[in-house]
Amino acid sequence: MSALTAVAKVRAYELGRAVPLATRRHVHVSDRPLVFVPLSMAGEANAPLGCLIGTDEAQPRVLVVQDPRNRTQRFAFAAQLAEIVLAYVDGCTVSMVEERGKSVFADAPQLVVANPGGVEFTRLLGRSTRFRRTEGEWPVAPTVPVLGRWLTWFAESTEKPGASTVLALTTVLCRHWATGQSALEDANLAALMGWIAPWDGLTGPCAAEQAEDPAIWPPAGPATDPDFDNGVLAKLIAAYDRALDDTAKSTAMLRMLAVLREQMQPTWHLMWKAIALLRAIPPASTVEKRWLRDRQDFTAIVEYWRDNPIPQARVDNAVRAAQRLDRLERALDEVTVDAAMDDELAMAEFRLSGEAFQGSVVACDPVRTDGTGTRRKLRPHIVVATADPLRLEEGATVRSSARPAQEATVVGVERSADLTWPARVTLELRNGMGRRLIPEPGTVPELGERLCYAALETKFAINATFPKREETPWTHGGPPPPYEPEQQSTMDIATEDWS
Amino acid sequence: MTAMLPTSAEASRVVEAVLADLRMAGPRGVVVDSPPGAGKSTLVVRAAGTLVDEGSGQVMVVAQTNEQVDDLVYRLATGYPGLTIGRLSAQDYLPTPRVVHDNVMVEKAVAKLVSAAIVVATAAKWTTVSDGTWPWAIVDEAYQMRSDTLLRIANRFDRALFVGDPGQLDPFSTVETNRWTGLTWDPMQSAVAALLRHNPDLPLHRLPVSWRLPASAAPAVSAAFYPFTPFVSGTGPGERTLSLRTAALRSSPVDGAIEAAVDAGWSLFEMPNRHALRTDAEAVAACATIAQRLLERGPLAFTPDGLSTGEPVTPSRIAIGTAHRDQAAAIRAQLGALGSRTGGITVDTANRLQGREYDVTIVLHPLSGRLDATAFHLESGRLCVLTSRHRHACIVVARAGIQELLDAHPSTEPVHLSVPVKFPDGWEANQSILTHLQPYKVRAP
Repeated sequence: MSALTAVAKVRAYELGRAVPLATRRHVHVSDRPLVFVPLSMAGEANAPLGCLIGTDEAQPRVLVVQDPRNRTQRFAFAAQLAEIVLAYVDGCTVSMVEERGKSVFADAPQLVVANPGGVEFTRLLGRSTRFRRTEGEWPVAPTVPVLGRWLTWFAESTEKPGASTVLALTTVLCRHWATGQSALEDANLAALMGWIAPWDGLTGPCAAEQAEDPAIWPPAGPATDPDFDNGVLAKLIAAYDRALDDTAKSTAMLRMLAVLREQMQPTWHLMWKAIALLRAIPPASTVEKRWLRDRQDFTAIVEYWRDNPIPQARVDNAVRAAQRLDRLERALDEVTVDAAMDDELAMAEFRLSGEAFQGSVVACDPVRTDGTGTRRKLRPHIVVATADPLRLEEGATVRSSARPAQEATVVGVERSADLTWPARVTLELRNGMGRRLIPEPGTVPELGERLCYAALETKFAINATFPKREETPWTHGGPPPPYEPEQQSTMDIATEDWS
Repeated sequence: MTAMLPTSAEASRVVEAVLADLRMAGPRGVVVDSPPGAGKSTLVVRAAGTLVDEGSGQVMVVAQTNEQVDDLVYRLATGYPGLTIGRLSAQDYLPTPRVVHDNVMVEKAVAKLVSAAIVVATAAKWTTVSDGTWPWAIVDEAYQMRSDTLLRIANRFDRALFVGDPGQLDPFSTVETNRWTGLTWDPMQSAVAALLRHNPDLPLHRLPVSWRLPASAAPAVSAAFYPFTPFVSGTGPGERTLSLRTAALRSSPVDGAIEAAVDAGWSLFEMPNRHALRTDAEAVAACATIAQRLLERGPLAFTPDGLSTGEPVTPSRIAIGTAHRDQAAAIRAQLGALGSRTGGITVDTANRLQGREYDVTIVLHPLSGRLDATAFHLESGRLCVLTSRHRHACIVVARAGIQELLDAHPSTEPVHLSVPVKFPDGWEANQSILTHLQPYKVRAP
């Protein structure tokens, strides 16, 4: 936790309500997100119990597994879920637009879950369905492996910093608000929403306390309340298993449906409320750019699967792991810089750590030129007075959020001998002023202009090169064997080494 | 002096064994583990010469930073005046004075270096070379290199010598990397770890003697950070000493800490227990003041093969090490405010001090003034780098309470399947060094 977040948390605690950590929204919120509230049965890894899912708050679809221990019913649930998810994904592929010379889908899917647990549920359900076969022994519906691929795609996209194809609401809300409770308590959506948007005239702490009572606010899943498991769910499942005929079975099923819907409904509405809250924050200027990247990723995977309908590998091979790490690191780098340039509260962290400073221009030489090279170059100087605890040294390259394309070099930092601020920073502007020896109007900061300069740089290294998969070097075990779906029988999968 | 001969003989025996492995048509890789200051660069230079002598064609040398590359170029160029050394560089590289020699060529494209006997570049630069194969590569500081970087350059060479210090900082990433945990090709592990997991039969040598660390430091560093692969100091007790030209008029705790370090090679300047911000103003001031005071007292360094009258310890022979960049920046600013006398002192983070060597180091303890002990601050490599850069003495600046902090934060890192256990554990290494420092403690008011 940074010092500023800590301060915000203390303030939130004193005020009894959440305090904003961002002035802009740093994620894309789709007009038509697919909201997903999954529940799983306790005691088994990823045994789906049911879910609420849909794109319309008024009309959620309820899916329920009568006996989660029954594998056939689990995959029947997956088939039902596939129908909804695949129809939603297909809905995003209806129109294409031209972006930077390439066709991309005008929209991309966005899956919204309550918390990181929901993402993990998605990942595990994807893992358990994407390798299933549709013929031979124990076949599943043809849509089930396709669902598995998409759920895996969604879950993997959450690893990429700045991607908005999956929103885990508690994570996104904590990025935008600080509350007066611990990180553990913040992971409870109802408690978190209690601090951000308390209901019934309650204060944040009161609402959060209420949210801890599972009788009023059932857990947002995927784990259920243990008292509910013992007192209600166990009896319902037993009743279903004991039912002798179809009528009795369907009665038991309807009761279970009603009870589970009751468990999930509060979370469902809370999630839509959270989405509305996020929509109300003005988006940061770079959100659009990152969403375009999500749409490009989506377009690429749709086109890839059109020709190669194969599931993602269980583990990354050596080359893919290295490539993915490279992509993720670059994405993180970019999103950190973008957020700071877009949002003064994010920038404040860097000002506090001395990597950025804000101040007014107190002197300016816009027509200064440098004649030391072979050609005379325009190199204006400006002096910015700042009260920030600056830790930049001469030679550092800085940029301002007002002119993000313009690079400036710190050529001098003057401060009083006792190390107190304000300091006067002299900057030499290097580019972005036109081609002549007189700067274009508006390209050089004027006297009195308030500016924030930061030494944050994205590495634009040209796309890194990696060996081909079949050229994996001996240091990394040599080329991996090619993928052969028929290699493994279902029996092998059942006895597979899961360690 | 009696201890000198066997250690020296033992060290040359290991070097000869490494060179013999290179001459032999055999394993595709050879790994040499080297404790701090054990003559790693000397070995790299000798190995490069041996490979050239063997006539195995142009030798590819990989280092991790431009600083390291320039150092190697300097050593190769002066060590082999008859050979042409190629320095492959990035677009914006400006040759440092060290690489300007008659037999050094600096080029941005490897194609222009065909006449060179040895080509040196950073790993990052080698990843941009997309064709050509070299019969031999020498990878220096291989434990600092990430496995994914090795993957990108490994197709450029047939066989390779990997040299590095296993006790230094592991490579790191800012993103979540759990999905690869346990894979033998996990891109986050060090290049040597990946190499050895895929090729467990490669010959592994260990350099047994640290020429840098004095007799006062080698046993402590060896026990704390290399518990299963001990090494000894190349100089015996009393062979490498410091003295101060001036006496303090009224001895302050700062003088006490300096004198303890001069006498024993170690001192712990302990400030009152307090939770502080990362850039703890008092600790920062203490580091700067100790450095300034040390210079005022006119330290002289005595070594067995140096001048009998001693050599003055200049600012360039002093380093201040920290865990975080903002701490280093704060200390630099503080030194700047103290005046020009301290100009030239190196102040940097552990990551950047790796592989460097000074006469005296001042260390801001990573756990000083902290509320918690995270994996970052406990990492054994960090403390190892900070406490093993010195040839004469090391002064550790810390707030009291680290013992209690360690007790309150036992190591709780999750254990993952198929991940080799790494020794030593950071928590234990911290305890070991702290215990070692107790007799040299000087309390600040």
